[in-house]
Amino acid sequence: MLFKLGSLFMKPGAKMALLALAIVFPALASNEYQVYVMASAFVWAIAVYGLNIITGYCGQLNLAHGGFFAIGAYTLGLLTSDAGWSFWPAFVAALLVTAVLGFLVGVVSLRLKEHYFAIFTLCVGFIIYLLMDKWEELTHGPVGVRDIAAPYGFGVVDFTETTPFYYLVLAFLVFSIWFMGRLSRSLLGRTFIAIRNGDELAQSLGINLMRNKVLAFVLSTTYAGLAGALYAGMVRFIGPEEANIIHTFDMITYLLVGGIGTLTGPLLGTISIVWITQSLQFLEEYRMILFGPLLVVLVIFFPRGINGQFLTWMHHKAQTLSPAKKKKSSKVQTATSGEVKNNA
Amino acid sequence: MNLFFQQIINGLTLGSIYGLVALGLTLVYGILHIPNFAHGALYMVGAFMSYFFMVDLGVHYWVAMAGSAAVVAILGILCERLVFHPLRNSPPIHDKIAAIGVLLFLEATIQMFWGSDFRRMSSPFTGIMNFDGLIIPEQRLLIIVGAFTLVIGLQLFLRKTMTGATIIAMAQSREGAFLVGIDSNRVAMMTFGISGALAAVAASLYAPINLVYPAMGHLVIMKAFVIIILGGMGSVPGAIVGGMIIGFAEAFGGFYISTAYKDIIAFGLLVLILSARPQGLFAKGAH
Repeated sequence: MLFKLGSLFMKPGAKMALLALAIVFPALASNEYQVYVMASAFVWAIAVYGLNIITGYCGQLNLAHGGFFAIGAYTLGLLTSDAGWSFWPAFVAALLVTAVLGFLVGVVSLRLKEHYFAIFTLCVGFIIYLLMDKWEELTHGPVGVRDIAAPYGFGVVDFTETTPFYYLVLAFLVFSIWFMGRLSRSLLGRTFIAIRNGDELAQSLGINLMRNKVLAFVLSTTYAGLAGALYAGMVRFIGPEEANIIHTFDMITYLLVGGIGTLTGPLLGTISIVWITQSLQFLEEYRMILFGPLLVVLVIFFPRGINGQFLTWMHHKAQTLSPAKKKKSSKVQTATSGEVKNNA
Repeated sequence: MNLFFQQIINGLTLGSIYGLVALGLTLVYGILHIPNFAHGALYMVGAFMSYFFMVDLGVHYWVAMAGSAAVVAILGILCERLVFHPLRNSPPIHDKIAAIGVLLFLEATIQMFWGSDFRRMSSPFTGIMNFDGLIIPEQRLLIIVGAFTLVIGLQLFLRKTMTGATIIAMAQSREGAFLVGIDSNRVAMMTFGISGALAAVAASLYAPINLVYPAMGHLVIMKAFVIIILGGMGSVPGAIVGGMIIGFAEAFGGFYISTAYKDIIAFGLLVLILSARPQGLFAKGAH
């Protein structure tokens, strides 16, 4: 019974229902502010999907992710305000810039393993922050970038208003998740997982480690750039604080709460934490008093997050409910448990 | 000439502080293979504890430093027991994320009690020593002498005492240490305690010529990571040499190249070195 309920949740119908819910959300929301919060949650979710590629699937803890988010935002901001470009060309440029910078950083940093990689990216993230703060000729320093263009619409739609912008972000989010789903089921996605499960083993299977890791890194930074550009278009005022390491830590929290290395995890984690933070406004500055221990408790007791825990639990339920089918389904089981572990 | 000498003093001061912080980090890495991202937060808590003891309770500088070292050592041991011990068999990514969790928690807690203002902590050593025209502020001299004394003391402890030898043994080979009957829990707790105390002392020494604020650990911890990568992760002499390299690079770079970008020098060095030698500058073989 419970299992059926769960499988219902994972059926394609459920996805459609979720999407429908997201589409009618602005109509259900009691005020525009809620739509705005949801749109910002979607923007963060896109960035978290990027982090999920390199950290969740490929197993490399990238602590410069927030930095690339800020690069995306700054590229769009500087091109539209100082260079006078209009939104969409600057938007494409932001994606290209983050992809190219991601490639350059990836080529250097991915030669390092595990701890060295995490520490190196931590430093890269900090260099990005320092440059934004100190390179005043380019970035205006601590003053930040003002007068960022908003996305102009095509024909009748005007994205400067909250609700149309919400749909714009939703469209990008749906595309991001769709792409992610395709990726995780493809040979490439499985290659990433193989790398996460063991560098040497993957290499002995004939996987080119460097090429695949760099590819995962570039994909993840492009996601970050996409989210950053959307963020700049939404907030329209950015400063060096966007590159603060705290944003990377926030994203790790979202990812971990939702379920690292899962397809729905980033979305679940981001939306739930953003709304919890919203409803605990008074906590804003001190939210880390709760989230810090939460991170620790999660990695100790629920390392797979809400989503992973749910799937594991479903799996156990399925086993206990149908002992008769056990033999028959043993093959299927190994497949699904692999699924649970890897990409759910 | 005098300005040049001043930079040497600055380099030695910075190098001593960075060396002490990196030493704690490298000890923990050597034993448990955890890059303890929370180490910078321990450093920051150390500064605030000294501030609390000195300004709010009004005790003497030395007593405050000792008290702060004790508090942070206990905090370090608690972290080991509550966070890293349960995670000893998890994939390495979990340790790192948990360490980040501890870091966020400590920072937010300190911020809740003391706010995010910049505070000034004065020490009784405000005088200036004049050696025939060469001027050294007393606090800087204290930092240099203090750091060297601590490092020598730690070396003696590690090399000459049985308890210290257990730490070295664990760092060299975990299984080997188990075989000769070394209690790994005790060694891990001791290492975290020492590492925390070193961070607290470094922070207490440096605070009077710097400011005390919740984010003060960020830069220091990242530089400490750069140092232990330079010196080889887990190597004690490497941490001291690395600390001096970064200290001098920063003092001279800040003076002769650019003050605004002096913080980037350390990271730039790291990027350069790791691009050429992914295993660090002095690392030999696997460990």
